[in-house]
Amino acid sequence: MSNNLFKPRIERPSLSQVIDAKAPLFLVPVLMLTGLLAIGSGSTWLTLTAAGFAMGMMIFIMASGLTVIFGLMDVINFGHGAFISLGAFAGFTILGLLGSWIENPGITMNLGAVFLAIAFAMLVTGLAGYGFERLIVKPVYGQHLKQILVTMGGLIVTQQLIYVIWGPDEVVLVRPTAFQGSFVVLGAAVEKYRVLAIAIGLALFVAMRLVLNRTRIGLLVRAGVQNGEMVEALGYQLRKLFLTVFMVGCALAGLGGVMWGMYQETITVHMGAGVMISVFIVVIIGGPGSIEGCFIGAMLVGLLTNYTGFLIPKLALVSTILLMGAVLMWRPQGLYPVVKTH
Amino acid sequence: MKLLSGDRPRSKTLSAVLLLILFGLLFAPFLFPGTRSLDTAARICIFIVLVASYDLLLGYTGVVSFAHTMFFGIGAYGTALALVNMGPSYSAIVVGTVCGALFAGALAFVIALFSLRVRAIFFAMMTLAVASAFMVLVSQLSGFTGGEDGLSYRIPREMTPGFRLVKEKLSGVRLNGKLITYYVVFFSSLGLFLILLRMVNSPFGCVLQAIRENAFRAEAIGYKVVRYRSAASILSAVMAALAGSLMALWLRYTGPATTLSMDIMVDILLMVVIGGMGSMYGAVIGTVLFLLTQSYLQNLLGLLQESLGSLPIVSEVVSPERWLLWLGMLFICSIYWFPKGIVGRLRGT
Amino acid sequence: MSDALLSLNGVHTYIGPYHILQGVDLEVPRGGVTVLLGRNGAGKTTTLRTIIGLWQASQGTIRFDGTEIQKETTPAIARRQIAFVPEDIGIFTDLTVHENILLSARSGAIDEARLGWIFGLFPPLRTFWQSTAGNLSGGQKQMLAVARAIIEPRKLILIDEPTKGLAPAIINAMIAALKELKEMQTTILLVEQNFSMARAVGDTVAVMDDGRVVYSGEMAELAVDKKLQERLMGLSLEAHQ
Repeated sequence: MSNNLFKPRIERPSLSQVIDAKAPLFLVPVLMLTGLLAIGSGSTWLTLTAAGFAMGMMIFIMASGLTVIFGLMDVINFGHGAFISLGAFAGFTILGLLGSWIENPGITMNLGAVFLAIAFAMLVTGLAGYGFERLIVKPVYGQHLKQILVTMGGLIVTQQLIYVIWGPDEVVLVRPTAFQGSFVVLGAAVEKYRVLAIAIGLALFVAMRLVLNRTRIGLLVRAGVQNGEMVEALGYQLRKLFLTVFMVGCALAGLGGVMWGMYQETITVHMGAGVMISVFIVVIIGGPGSIEGCFIGAMLVGLLTNYTGFLIPKLALVSTILLMGAVLMWRPQGLYPVVKTH
Repeated sequence: MKLLSGDRPRSKTLSAVLLLILFGLLFAPFLFPGTRSLDTAARICIFIVLVASYDLLLGYTGVVSFAHTMFFGIGAYGTALALVNMGPSYSAIVVGTVCGALFAGALAFVIALFSLRVRAIFFAMMTLAVASAFMVLVSQLSGFTGGEDGLSYRIPREMTPGFRLVKEKLSGVRLNGKLITYYVVFFSSLGLFLILLRMVNSPFGCVLQAIRENAFRAEAIGYKVVRYRSAASILSAVMAALAGSLMALWLRYTGPATTLSMDIMVDILLMVVIGGMGSMYGAVIGTVLFLLTQSYLQNLLGLLQESLGSLPIVSEVVSPERWLLWLGMLFICSIYWFPKGIVGRLRGT
Repeated sequence: MSDALLSLNGVHTYIGPYHILQGVDLEVPRGGVTVLLGRNGAGKTTTLRTIIGLWQASQGTIRFDGTEIQKETTPAIARRQIAFVPEDIGIFTDLTVHENILLSARSGAIDEARLGWIFGLFPPLRTFWQSTAGNLSGGQKQMLAVARAIIEPRKLILIDEPTKGLAPAIINAMIAALKELKEMQTTILLVEQNFSMARAVGDTVAVMDDGRVVYSGEMAELAVDKKLQERLMGLSLEAHQ
């Protein structure tokens, strides 16, 4: 047996394949440029772009859990929106208790209040996610029709339970003092809170990538998205992994709920179900199961919503539907199709 | 009875309940006098058609769509817009209804082309997104649709409460135009329901069921699955639009909240599943139960709450406003333990 | 045969409505290579998947190392030190070669000495250690799949057609690897259609047809008995020689 049989050779992708694979990365800059041309005014464009990224980050936070849950176990939770609302209300309770921290002009106290509210919201939604997976998702695992219906049922019941605990009225979520008002950057007004939202969203994206690429559980999640059967055959309990991911996904929905609630400043039981429309669009655009696709999709939806919201306000939501249609024409499986190897 | 061939109620209790509902609705104005009960009766008639048409999609083809209220709304707005723009005439009603139904059918065709080839989960997500965008669009285009406030309009004089058919009352009930409208709604609904019933028990319905059980095998035998599914969703959309036209006629008002809202979509889902998927009778039972519960469970919960008044959380849980909590739990339990709903239970399957 | 590491007794498996295994009896002796032969659709792959628990046996018993395992879940069975190389290779194409191997080492760390040995068997894995597994060639993917199964010592390795569609040189590398494993007293159950490969590594052999084992015995006997070969496997065997 001669060694040149094993001459190191790897199938190099051709240039067009490389361009094709990287193409989704250019969509965000292209959209930004188109926006600039359409809007004309640089400062208005900057304000809208910052708003778009802030919105995109929040949608990404809410959608990322959903897309990984789908990738891993082929489960779409139509009740995900209830966790967004639940998180917002849980955060509201904490911010209510920390009233003096919020009114304090110091940024440390303000940030502390926000982070405590987020931590509590994530705890509540994570635990609720545990119950939801055991009672609602697990019994109908693998049966899609029943899964869609029963998670819708879970949505109704969870929303009603929020009514039971927090009452039926919409409540006002006050932004901490340091995050009220705007910065002026290059003549454009950029809301301070949006900067915070972008920072938290980016930090989360980086953290998620690190966990997925550098830790064992992240490796298992990536492997499980591709071939869950083989993960089990290697001796790992996919169901336990899934439960963990489900809880994390719900906790992220809770985090997104607090952020979205402070962004909207009033919260209602139905706010989660409302924003879920954009979340679903983002998941479909990105390619269900793909974190990168989800991120790009969220940015696209955030930017497009803000640009059209300024140019033709009536078509803001419709434009994202058209975007979804266009992406699906181009790539029927979404921007980053997840390759299932079995 | 020939109309029912193939799918008789097959249970004495079920037949009795269905007959009770039929006669209850037929004589509703005389059995339950009062504006509110007549309104409930008319809503039941309209929703039976709406829910049955949804069951054609969910129960007979296994497709979950969240865009059904969109078609309901298209029908309602079609009739409403015709009445607003052409004045209160019968021709306006006919033109509006036909246009609404055609538009709904065409839109259903486009959606079917686009997304019936994708997996069930994505179809559900896409229809949810499209229906929401449609509702937002209708609320925004206020110059055309009246926006959030909706449209109020007049209908032909013979159909309004002001019109007297005869001077005398019949067993205490005034024979006015409202009564005529009720019977228009009742007989139209009955007719549409019988058409749906006939359809699902025809060879067409059998193919749909075969596709639901095993789409792959149905395709292998030679049935064009996409074609049948598209036909079913177009049909279902047209029926929903016709139900919407009846709603527009009955309420003399059409707005996003009464025709397009996601809440109505959730209600339809609850009615189909609790009544029994895959059976037109399930739509009847589910609708009647749901709409009656909406009024009477609240009373019952009110009583419960009074007697439990001292316990803080518990009394919140049984508060009359929380009736949906209990129906939601019933819905989840139905899916787990009796997926064929109440009709399945009564038939003992 | 009391020294069997794995024994199947009257195992029936359904896939949906299809009755695939119809009473499989199979003994896999300790420390040797048992080859499962048979034409396409005979139930070889289903047998392996039933052993590892990816399909559930509806009837019959599967004993491994003295314990009945047919009711256990796939992860539990795998943790009994059984490795599985599926027919579709089953590597994680988005992960690197390194990450694929790392996940297979359940202890959480790769034994460097053993890795060196594997690199000796399959040199390309060293070259492409940090490459994405999806970019490997077919033969290299198969090497990775086998490497994954042997990165930690296992009591039993189930391998489904490792030579399917591979070049002769790579088949030779596979044969060499299996022979070394045999010397290390690892028990292997190998599904194989390539009779020359089967003859090169097999100690015992079982032939399947229509969801049952129709012949089992020593490889040495079958290898010399042309008539028996023809009766058992017809022309399919000649075609592969």
